[in-house]
Amino acid sequence: MRKSDKQNLPSLNLHIPEPKFRPGDIADFSDIDIEDVGVTARPDENSKPIDMQHMATGLIRVLDMEGIAGGPWDPKLSSSIKLKMLHHMVQVRSFDDRMFRAQRQGKTSFYMKCTGEEATSIAPAMALAHDDMIFPSYRQQGILLVRDYPMLDMMNQIYSNREDTLKGRQLPIMYSSPEHSFFSISGNLATQYPQAVGWAMASAAKQDTRIAATWCGEGSTAEGDFHSALTFAAVYNAPVIFNVVNNQWAISSFSGIAGGERATFASRGLGYGIASIRVDGNDPLAVYAATQWAANRARTNNGPTLIEHFTYRAEGHSTSDDPSSYRATEEYAKWPLGDPLERLKAHLIREGEWDEDRHEMLKKTMDDEVKATQKLAEKNGILGHGMHQEFETMFEDVFEEMPWHLREQMEMSLAEKISKFSTKSKEKKGQGND
Amino acid sequence: MIDMPSSPVKTMNMIDAINSALDVMLDRDDNVVLLGEDIGYFGGVFRATANLQEKYGKRRVFDTPISENGILGAAVGMGAYGLRPVPEIQFADYIYPGLDQIVSEAARIRYRSAGDFISPMTIRTPFGGGIFGGQTHSQSPESLFTHMSGVKTIIPATPYDAKGLLISAIEDNDPVIFFEPKRIYNGPFTGYYDRPVEPWSKHIASQVPEGYYKIPLGKADIVHEGEGLTIITYGTMVHVAMAVVNEHCIDADVIDLRTLLPLDIETIEASVQKTGRCLIVHEATRTSGFGAELAALVAERCFYHLEAPIERVTGFDTPYPHSLEWAYFPGPVRITTAIEKIMKD
Repeated sequence: MRKSDKQNLPSLNLHIPEPKFRPGDIADFSDIDIEDVGVTARPDENSKPIDMQHMATGLIRVLDMEGIAGGPWDPKLSSSIKLKMLHHMVQVRSFDDRMFRAQRQGKTSFYMKCTGEEATSIAPAMALAHDDMIFPSYRQQGILLVRDYPMLDMMNQIYSNREDTLKGRQLPIMYSSPEHSFFSISGNLATQYPQAVGWAMASAAKQDTRIAATWCGEGSTAEGDFHSALTFAAVYNAPVIFNVVNNQWAISSFSGIAGGERATFASRGLGYGIASIRVDGNDPLAVYAATQWAANRARTNNGPTLIEHFTYRAEGHSTSDDPSSYRATEEYAKWPLGDPLERLKAHLIREGEWDEDRHEMLKKTMDDEVKATQKLAEKNGILGHGMHQEFETMFEDVFEEMPWHLREQMEMSLAEKISKFSTKSKEKKGQGND
Repeated sequence: MIDMPSSPVKTMNMIDAINSALDVMLDRDDNVVLLGEDIGYFGGVFRATANLQEKYGKRRVFDTPISENGILGAAVGMGAYGLRPVPEIQFADYIYPGLDQIVSEAARIRYRSAGDFISPMTIRTPFGGGIFGGQTHSQSPESLFTHMSGVKTIIPATPYDAKGLLISAIEDNDPVIFFEPKRIYNGPFTGYYDRPVEPWSKHIASQVPEGYYKIPLGKADIVHEGEGLTIITYGTMVHVAMAVVNEHCIDADVIDLRTLLPLDIETIEASVQKTGRCLIVHEATRTSGFGAELAALVAERCFYHLEAPIERVTGFDTPYPHSLEWAYFPGPVRITTAIEKIMKD
């Protein structure tokens, strides 16, 4: 290999970012600068992005760590709305626990929890209009629950069983529901970002009133799609909200591997001239307020907003991941912004709207609902060896009409079904029907 | 062929015909929108969208940032909204930054959502060489698209077909990639690079109805009939093959595929079973090119009718060269040599 002949110059150094703590280390986040409630002001909804660039390094907060709401961002929600928020947070946590266990019991191939990040999907879903279009990533199951998507359908999808509305074609949790304005989850990262912009551009071109909102993690802000999306949104002033859930970890890569050592993820919007704000992602009221602010801007032709949700991924990336092999075990316990569910609960108790007994009761009700729904879902079959759907369905929906070459391949698969799978698939059917 | 429509006929080159198809569809369907680099006010680097922004407004025909990934990603979102976007990728060579939005998104949305969402976009993109475009303005990447499941692949060879196929593509509810052989935008280039090119006006297929008509996707056109040989080709190479056939009075069926996927296998089978000899001609690189698929299909379905090995005439497996363009191009010499070989056996 050829090297420089200028031996009198200092040698260059390649920087490889490294997280502060690895397994065995004692996590200590005291160096993270957390602003007090009220420090980050609330700009007028018509403000120009250039006049509020400081928001990209601020932190929108409403709840302090004792559960007291305050500051200019307090959305002053009614207690019934806050209780509904808590209800969904408890519900999704119960759902996640149950589905995680189902995967561990071999009932399905894969699951992803949103523990610790519940506020980043439940609060926005409640702040948006029910028909605003969602272009989700894979950890926004809370949105579907807020929009009353049937939990049974979610489970059927997770089990890829015969009632799965997606016909067993997608990895578990890759939901889709046009009726709930929830776009089909891809599984590829950040591809939904420019799609959300295109949808929002279409809505604006058609002089509609609906806006789009999309989610990705801090890790996938490194994808080209993220930057294409921001460019397009800025160029066309698209009515879209970009949510970046900065949960500190992209599988085993800490946020520094995505560029987080030098700047906040919100500040990526600044160069595009996009309103960019940063919110305490573990504060459901702050997330609600930030989303409402961004949605009002979008709806009044004030353009796109990038919201960085500063949060922490409490669990593994997915059931296929073991975070204890790359990060300090007690990181979540030490996380300075606490747990979003506990913080909302503490707030409601302080307000006199809630107490421990009712909370225990709610948890039990949710657990019971989840268990009962799981039983119903399992009557439709669990993943097992799969093959809950007719073989023909594998060839449908590739195109609107099946071309000859797929028809031929379908016939081949049907012949294999008779010669290879006939006893097995009969057994499966029997099982599913009980 | 299909019924001739009743609207007045005009002499059009490929660009005129494509512009006319876009005009007709913008007029018929408010949900059709055009987007791409330089396509708005300027009308496109090849002028395919000339005057359309003026006629239909900026919200329906607009310029985009130089981001194929953004163009195609936005088009997927527009399709999900209910629009029928027709993105232009300025050169097929530029499509790769947007490939993921085609392969993993547009092509699979119907499937992965079990029909909840569709991606009814038509991607127009000029392709192929013969214009001294070097390695970044000459490629023929069609086999990438036939290889992925869920995309229809169209390549017209005449103005008449270009318009009718493009209208069908835009009305189709699946994603379509519409490759425009840019070497024949202005005239049916025969591969004799040292001879003057005839303008389209001297070709019958330049007589194009001004109004709406469709050519069905998935139907090939037999542009020359014969008994001794089947030549399967598409795009620019239809005219190159035809020039050889005419020059040497070859007794051949010349099949212009027009649609690569879904493929008109019936026309191919019937022809090869009749002639017993098969030559496949395309400009794209040879290895894993679409010709390999065609050769496999012919071998599988017509093996006992074959009297000679199937031959392929293709571009070489090199990047598209600049100064050696005519050495690379699978022109009349290569085709004639292959025909001689096939007919000898």
